[in-house]
Amino acid sequence: MNKLLTLTTFLPLLGAVMVLAGGRGLKDDAARWLSLGVSLATFIVSLVVLGRFDPSAQEPFQMVEQAQWVESIGLTYTLGVDGVSIWMVLLTTFLFPVSILASWTITVDVRRFMAAMLVLETAVIGTFVALDLLLFFLFFEALLVPMYLLIGGWGGRRRVYAAIKFFLFTMAGSAFLLLAILFLYSKGDGTSFRYDVLIDVAGGLPATTARWLFLAFFVAFAVKVPLVPLHTWLPDAHTEAPTAGSVLLAALLLKVGTYGLIRFNLVLFPEASRYFATFVGVIAVIGIIYGAVNALIQTDIKRLVAYSSVSHLGFVVLGVFAFTQQGVTGGVLQMVNHGLATGALFLLVGMVYERTHTRDLDQMGGLASVMPWLMGAFLFTAFASAGLPGLNGFVGEFLVIVGTFAVSNWFGALAATAVVLAAIYLLWSYQRMAFGPVREEHRLLPDVSLREVVVLAPVLALLLVFGVAPSLLTDRIDPAAEAVIARVSPDHSPDVVPAERGVPTLAMGESP
Amino acid sequence: MIGQAVLPTPELVFEPLLPELVLVAFAIAGLLYEALAKRSESLIHLAIGLVGVALAAATSLWLWNWDGPATVLGGTVAADRFAVLARVLLLVVAALGLLLGYQYFARSGDEQKGEFTPLLLFATSGMSLIVAAADLIVTFLALEILSLSLYVLTGLTGRRAANEAAMKYFLLGAFSSAFFLYGVAMAYGATGTTKIGAMALALTGGGETQALALLGFALLAVGFGFKVSAAPFHMWTPDVYQGAPTPVVAFMSAATKIAAFGALIRVLDVAFQALAWDWAPVVWALAAVSIVLGSILAIAQTNVKRMLAYSSIAHAGFILTGLTAAGSVGIRAAVFYLVAYAAMTVGAFGTVMLVSGRGEDRTRISDYAGLARTNPIAAALMTLFLLSLAGIPPTAGFIAKVNVFSAAIDAGYWGLVLIGVLLSVAAAFFYLRVIVLMYMQEPAEASVAEVSPTYSGAVLVVPAAATLVLGVFPGVIVGVIEKASVLRW
Repeated sequence: MNKLLTLTTFLPLLGAVMVLAGGRGLKDDAARWLSLGVSLATFIVSLVVLGRFDPSAQEPFQMVEQAQWVESIGLTYTLGVDGVSIWMVLLTTFLFPVSILASWTITVDVRRFMAAMLVLETAVIGTFVALDLLLFFLFFEALLVPMYLLIGGWGGRRRVYAAIKFFLFTMAGSAFLLLAILFLYSKGDGTSFRYDVLIDVAGGLPATTARWLFLAFFVAFAVKVPLVPLHTWLPDAHTEAPTAGSVLLAALLLKVGTYGLIRFNLVLFPEASRYFATFVGVIAVIGIIYGAVNALIQTDIKRLVAYSSVSHLGFVVLGVFAFTQQGVTGGVLQMVNHGLATGALFLLVGMVYERTHTRDLDQMGGLASVMPWLMGAFLFTAFASAGLPGLNGFVGEFLVIVGTFAVSNWFGALAATAVVLAAIYLLWSYQRMAFGPVREEHRLLPDVSLREVVVLAPVLALLLVFGVAPSLLTDRIDPAAEAVIARVSPDHSPDVVPAERGVPTLAMGESP
Repeated sequence: MIGQAVLPTPELVFEPLLPELVLVAFAIAGLLYEALAKRSESLIHLAIGLVGVALAAATSLWLWNWDGPATVLGGTVAADRFAVLARVLLLVVAALGLLLGYQYFARSGDEQKGEFTPLLLFATSGMSLIVAAADLIVTFLALEILSLSLYVLTGLTGRRAANEAAMKYFLLGAFSSAFFLYGVAMAYGATGTTKIGAMALALTGGGETQALALLGFALLAVGFGFKVSAAPFHMWTPDVYQGAPTPVVAFMSAATKIAAFGALIRVLDVAFQALAWDWAPVVWALAAVSIVLGSILAIAQTNVKRMLAYSSIAHAGFILTGLTAAGSVGIRAAVFYLVAYAAMTVGAFGTVMLVSGRGEDRTRISDYAGLARTNPIAAALMTLFLLSLAGIPPTAGFIAKVNVFSAAIDAGYWGLVLIGVLLSVAAAFFYLRVIVLMYMQEPAEASVAEVSPTYSGAVLVVPAAATLVLGVFPGVIVGVIEKASVLRW
């Protein structure tokens, strides 16, 4: 069966249609179970994709599907996965059932909520597997709408402000992206938006043009990542979104930005990437430290986790723009790890909020004695997020820092300070939540329920598994990272193709 | 004694005019029925209108495979596929307008308006003539036919706002017609002909009359700019859209654009094709000003119809963006945009009518608060149309924007595209604001929305389906547009 990626991408959409088509006849519970079932089925299909993925294959993209879509403008329906995107797809399909299960507490407009979730899943998977720039853009824009509805419809008090801010920031960024894609397209023979075709087109551009295009792509993705100073939508969106919204925003939507940098900026504009590497590095380091310092001073726990995301995503960008094997692999690893750890943190914060009805750290205290299991899980996740060796956060951060030191001591040293800051803000916040006197109204709060155990257990298990055996991930990331580096490294010349692996060509291969 | 050969009589080939003849015949039939019947039934009016439109559409489709001369009646009417496509599009919009109008007058409890159907058919006949006009005199004639009918339709309900709108539309419209006619005269002075084909030949050689021709073009551009509501000739649009009966607005916002752009395309890409380098900056400027003014002024509006009016100004700018690329690339992009725009604007105004209940109540934006609770279907439809107007995938609006932007970049006008994409973001803000109100806020008062009959929702299935299908499978119409984007003259 050669349509596995199509199936993975559009199964959730089918589920959304089913949920909506059910109309009022579909009871809330039925809608929940149906959505959970569909997202689990999607996860299983994506596991099959993983099973079929051959890390030692010659061609960089596997399970490629290609068809003409709109012939007149050259829009093709081209999908494929490499060692980077396959993990992004799996992260997506894994976190969606978890988030849906975590959203059992949503009681208003359940059907619409679930439908928005499933549409969002299709859009996110689509951005990760699309190998046609216009198709990518299509998914990239389409994911705004369900996310906007999730924040604005089921969020906190200032949800409307947050939702609009999120939408407009991202859309403003993607305006430049569309312009750049169309420009690139017109520089070719104007018949295809396909990734491999446009790589060749971009290769033939004058350096100045390529640099401008790089910046246009960069702005679009920097808003998503987000890099300082384009991050201001993020704390609001994260804080106001419902739990599942925050989880998906942090774990997946931000990754669309870093993924875009790797997939498009580095590969399409290698010379411009080198040209701007220091500039991007400086922004990334500023983001790492700025995010960490801001996290330190927050009293709203959700805002704190949001700022920690800014810091962690800075690591990803720093690693990727180091153009070293460790840096890029570490960056991708950090993308997966941050998705899991921060996703788990938002889940836990949501669970605490549902009990205490406050996100203010000063209004909590002593919760460890009231709900030891929940707080235990929180501590475990905080450790993972802070990069404690043995848990998953460590390997990615370590690789990024090592990879960065190879290029610049300053960047490496500054980035390393953020690891210390992360430990401080995470443990300090844990301390304020868990220890100290218990507030009177919190004395009788229940510990984790069975549903919550089911939500948390798989995520926490993965935090441990990927901490102990990161090679599960890196085995597949490495070849893809090598391909990217080979393309962007200064001594790479497109005419000389090293024989082994055939890596730098990035020509699209047939699926096995 | 008058010589025999003083006036050459053109060979009379009437087939390419059949759609207009059918429309006029049925319009007259409607008038006679209204005058002669003791008590006219609006259902019979509707039937007359729909049959007329259907017959006109059938004759138009028959003309798709027309193998007669490229132009008939002495070279004044073109018989090409471009005209066929534009006519069919116009007739679909007219049919939707008739259905919406029937519903509107049935609900508003206004005195029965027997003139609605005949006037709408007359307007459509003018529109359908203008897209085929190959002589600027015929263009002007058709422009007056459609304009006069629209002036009356605007004021049809006799409400204060409607009367005011009709008056304003009429005065400014007459003014712009004068500009247009003056432009025709200048063009005639420069080329010695009013036939666009002959004009093209006359201008190809260059020569000293070019300046005069350009002056003529500038005046024609004023006339067209008024009709397509491109800034800075847009002043009438918000008032007319707000004051006119909603189904009339649904009809004219889409149909007038198709008609006027159809004629403009012939003028740009046939008559003045030799001067493309000279008119492109003019189109560029009109497009930029329309996009900027339309998108920014829409933000401040509190009335949905007014907001959509400013959005229609911005969309005129987007279509003009496509037309900066001369030749078939630009035509294809513009025509696709027109199809998409027709679907979404008829849909949007149709939904406004659905929500507004009787007459023109509840057209303030704040009336949309909590619509998702009181009328989930209307809210879902409105969301679809607004997303398409904002250009968000997977809707027709997105593909349409990609098309025009890509045509403009091909022609080298990436600065205009930059303006377009940035202002699209600003525009998204006011479209989103309505969605926010519908989905994220509670209904303002206890006024439970009048449960609208399934009938009106059913009419909107057509534009809704078109908006979605063109967004996901634009291929279904691209082939047709490609065949129709060759102008014959």
